[in-house]
Amino acid sequence: MPTLSEIRDPFPEMDCRPWPRRLIAAPAWRALVEKLAAGELSLLGLWGEAACVHMAVLEPSPYSVVVASLAAEDGGFPSVGRRHPPAIRLERAIHDLFGLRAVDALDDRPWLDHGRWPVRAPLGAKIPALASPPAYAFLPSVGQGLSQIPVGPVHAGIIEPGHFRFTTGGETLVRLEARLGYTHKGVEGLMAGATLDHAAKLAARCSGDSTVAYSLAFAQAVEAAQGLAPPPRAVWIRALMAELERIANHLGDFGAICNDAAFALMLAHCSVLREHVLRACASCFGHRLMMDAIVPGGVRVDGAEHAEIILRGLVATIRLALPQLAALYDNTASLQDRTVGAGILKPELARRFACGGFVGRASGRSFDARRDLAYAPYDKLSFDVPVLQEGDVNARVWIRIREIEQSLCLIDQILTETPSGDSYAETATPQAGEGLAIVEGFRGDILVWTRVGSDGAVERCHLRDPSWFQWPLLEAVVEGNIVADFPLCNKSFNCSYSGHDL
Amino acid sequence: MRDILLQGFLRSPLTEPRPAADDSELAALSAQLKRGVDKTFGRSLAIRHVDAGSCNACELEIHALNNPFYDLERFGLKFVASPRHADVLLVTGPVTRNMREALERTYAATPAPKWVVASGACAIDGGFYRESYACVGAAADVIPVDLHIPGCPPEPIMLVKGLLALLCPEPANLSILTVPHPS
Repeated sequence: MPTLSEIRDPFPEMDCRPWPRRLIAAPAWRALVEKLAAGELSLLGLWGEAACVHMAVLEPSPYSVVVASLAAEDGGFPSVGRRHPPAIRLERAIHDLFGLRAVDALDDRPWLDHGRWPVRAPLGAKIPALASPPAYAFLPSVGQGLSQIPVGPVHAGIIEPGHFRFTTGGETLVRLEARLGYTHKGVEGLMAGATLDHAAKLAARCSGDSTVAYSLAFAQAVEAAQGLAPPPRAVWIRALMAELERIANHLGDFGAICNDAAFALMLAHCSVLREHVLRACASCFGHRLMMDAIVPGGVRVDGAEHAEIILRGLVATIRLALPQLAALYDNTASLQDRTVGAGILKPELARRFACGGFVGRASGRSFDARRDLAYAPYDKLSFDVPVLQEGDVNARVWIRIREIEQSLCLIDQILTETPSGDSYAETATPQAGEGLAIVEGFRGDILVWTRVGSDGAVERCHLRDPSWFQWPLLEAVVEGNIVADFPLCNKSFNCSYSGHDL
Repeated sequence: MRDILLQGFLRSPLTEPRPAADDSELAALSAQLKRGVDKTFGRSLAIRHVDAGSCNACELEIHALNNPFYDLERFGLKFVASPRHADVLLVTGPVTRNMREALERTYAATPAPKWVVASGACAIDGGFYRESYACVGAAADVIPVDLHIPGCPPEPIMLVKGLLALLCPEPANLSILTVPHPS
């Protein structure tokens, strides 16, 4: 088996920044797949273009990113998912969008394409659609006394749409199979040919709860592609927004998980704190979710005059309230009874799927793009990355609480150290290029790869949500739990439908 | 827990005052209000939210309506788990083609008389996704819509104003009454 350097050396290097992209041949592609299957590399992304496929992998210690591209011969490429299951849904999506087939794939069912679009392979060959949508073949569960519960796409709460097919034996879940793609909006199709301004708006709306993280990842990818550095002040303000977004989401999740265990008091208190964060964001950056605040070239809003006072006050408020709430969580036996030991994700599975965010870190996977890929300004900030081994709902709650504490420390540091100066730099002349960015959103690492043309428009942009590697694990963790604990497990994952379906 | 409950009793409520019916903002709601909502529902509405492909920002702000600041239930407005319990469908998102049938079936499952509120830029006219192969566009292209609440996403206070406009057709609101609902 060739080593990674052998995969690197003989192959032409494309000018993708900051990590080069190599055009490789099928044997080297297969060798990479074997390394993924052996656990020597982690899969960061797998995406298509009209006539080729790209794969981004993460090499450990020290962390570095390798991007490999393979020309699709006869509309096919060697399946990654056959040896490395985390790639299966990515391959199905590539087939639906580009018409490229993963040869020897284990699962060739459509994924995003429900047979409702006017064309098949809308970003590739654009084949006319079938006359009527084909029925979706759910995986069979065979056994005595098993019953099925179909749920969705319209759920009972204020939630995004998706379909869950539960197979139960009595109260116990035997199998869950999710069917997603309901919120597929064709974002990558709309990105192609869009101006940077417009594309930035699309990126900001991949997953509304991660609007800052997506805007940041897109801006970093474009800046890498164009060889530009945003003004130093902008880099710090971006991190400030990213931490505020993380806190707001973690607070919301903390309350919502407890609410799904019928402990509404926590939701009330957490939602008050969350509202404080959103209002502070609106006062400082003009939008409660800080949508469209980060753009290629810097930030659109520098922060209000009193931003520092407002945010220091906010940090103090949360610091005062959070320990009380954490103690309440820890001391409420009825709540602990629901969360401890529920929905256990085994560390081995989290590692295999390179599962990011609180889901991975609650199951022993110590990866945080802020620390391990050390993008600015996190290389100058000090913070801990909390990790637990238990992998249950309780662990995912505690990781969130600990991350809120870390983000509060980060905000303190950022407020003290943010340099003065401009926070936006106009790009003088549009430059063609290719860039890749990996940013730690609240949910995990978001990958954005883009190629910008010499006219300053986006030629191709791929955005990979952390949920791609979390949704399949949700199916694994609920097995053996009771049906009533599914909402709890689901909320503790809090995967994005929109970010996944795109 | 005792301390936290006690603090809650001693502290003044966080609840925002009811927003005033602001003519200029209400005019922007492009409302098609129905006379008699008040009579029919006794100032209480059951709302079923349908995400027809949004980015989930709209959902975050709809969730915020239930926090102690906005506390939507004090106006007699509450979210229900089934369209069969609903008076109002609150639709978000650019109606993806994959969600079209689900939206139609949810509308069909809602007993008449019923009202539809399209909330957010996407549901109003498809927003950024109007030209996509994967989206239908406006919610009104699929089911009859009575009220638009603008914003990307609409802020909670805007949602409260929009929903109150549906609930209380006051003189200021009646001036923007247009055609009655067909159903």
